[in-house]
Amino acid sequence: MKNKVNKSAYGYLFISPFFIGYALMGLVPILYTLYLSFTKWDGFTAPVYVGLANYKRLIHDTFFFQTIGNTLIIWIMSIVPQLILALVLALILNEKFVKGKHFFRAVFYFPNLVSTVTLGVLFALMFDWQTGSVNKMLMHLGIISEPVYWFNSPWWSRAIAAAVTCWQYFGFNLIVFIAGMQSISKDVFEAAEVDGATKKQISWYITLPLLRRVFIFTLITSVIGGLQLFDGPLMLGDGPGNTSRTMIMYLYETSFKAFDYSYGAAIAYGIFVIIMAATAITNSLTRQKE
Amino acid sequence: MSVRVVLTRTFLYLILIAVAVTCLVPFYSMLITATHSNSEIARKLLLVPGDQLNENYQRLIASANIWRGLANTAFLAVAGTIINVYTSTLVGYGFSKYRFRGRNALFMCMLATMMVPGQLGIIGFYKLVETLHMLNTYWPLLLNSIAHAFGVFMVKQFADDAVPTELIESGRIDGCGEFQIFNRIVLSLLGPVMATYAIFAFIGKWNDFLTPMIILFDNNLQTLPVMIASLKSQFTSDFGAQYVGIAISVIPIIVFFSAMSRRIKSGVAAGAVKG
Repeated sequence: MKNKVNKSAYGYLFISPFFIGYALMGLVPILYTLYLSFTKWDGFTAPVYVGLANYKRLIHDTFFFQTIGNTLIIWIMSIVPQLILALVLALILNEKFVKGKHFFRAVFYFPNLVSTVTLGVLFALMFDWQTGSVNKMLMHLGIISEPVYWFNSPWWSRAIAAAVTCWQYFGFNLIVFIAGMQSISKDVFEAAEVDGATKKQISWYITLPLLRRVFIFTLITSVIGGLQLFDGPLMLGDGPGNTSRTMIMYLYETSFKAFDYSYGAAIAYGIFVIIMAATAITNSLTRQKE
Repeated sequence: MSVRVVLTRTFLYLILIAVAVTCLVPFYSMLITATHSNSEIARKLLLVPGDQLNENYQRLIASANIWRGLANTAFLAVAGTIINVYTSTLVGYGFSKYRFRGRNALFMCMLATMMVPGQLGIIGFYKLVETLHMLNTYWPLLLNSIAHAFGVFMVKQFADDAVPTELIESGRIDGCGEFQIFNRIVLSLLGPVMATYAIFAFIGKWNDFLTPMIILFDNNLQTLPVMIASLKSQFTSDFGAQYVGIAISVIPIIVFFSAMSRRIKSGVAAGAVKG
């Protein structure tokens, strides 16, 4: 290899598309948003510098705090059953006797592919209190005698938003967990079987602890995604007294419906701080045990 | 097998079947309801197909250009996927095979962008697009497809093992330029990871909602998800038409999934374990 020339500088050229693309479409908008959050801008006239006025308004904005609470409630109501369901189903599908694994995994994963908007519209129609099929079915089965006005109840509205999210994402988590289980060395299981461990003991003392890392990774990434919940709840509606309005819905409505872009920019940074805080808390809670 | 084992297994199968049914019933209900008239939808529980599909469909397309939306989305998803996959592969290969100064720091920077919530810059994005006179065009939607961190990460992990350095060296000795080597030799070796990432890129673009909604005003340019979102206000009490609309948006996904399901699942798994 005497002709070997150092070509490593070409590396910068190869990686430049990411950094140029992210600078233009990611970083510049983020910094621009920061600048706009210190101005008054309605989208039509030029932005006027107003200092911290938007942030002062934000920390006294009860609507904003309500949306934080709503988002956290909907997130918790969806993530807890979602992870439990995914984990239980992954443990079942990991059993040797189960037939049709491929089919089940495909079916469980399918809702994840359909766009959230479509699911939101579909579930809004299904839970419509007068014409929706859910009320029809419950009445048919004799579980209820009067149609339930789902979207007139704060908790039902939130529960439906959470249920749709849970239903949409458990299959994704399931596949992640199964992959995590399959990456555990077969020797460990064989050794346990030789030592006479029961199936339950193997799941509880071997599979689950070894899956911890994957589980925590899923949990932490779900904070970032879950707190940005938007499309689905937007289609399902605000709920009575805005009780199922999420943070990003508030951001969207303030900016692109009420044209208060500069205040929307401050909300965006408020949301950013909350998501970072929630991620840090989740991170430290899961670390403590190690 | 003891009775206990049989009972346990039956119970576990029942759980699997119950969840599977829950996953499919909403789609079944959607397809069935789409074939009934509004008065039937309002009155009773529908379990079998009706004969009103065409009527519902005609009312839908009379005021919502759903096929145009589908074509627009298909164009954006295909073009966006090609841009995303090609540029992500360039970058992933660059990180994998070149030893330049600051490589690890830059790679970490790139991964850190995945932690930034996607909606943070949305107002600035809108203002930037306005300043560049790109509102109501596809440019912003294509430009934001350039090289995503997740794709770069996937490609890099794969390229580390799949592309032998000797092969690149021999390409250089034969007098190929660096980009010639990439386009002629490396791309074919990275085929599998590009195909897997393409599926994610495609689904992401296909379902993209907020960005087209705020950037595009012209109905002829609008994408399918935004059209679906406006069905509710457009067809307030015309449930039949709404159901046909959402069915049209789900069916391509069903077809796509049937064709790709194995690769999609192995892709999710690969991304997760390596992450």
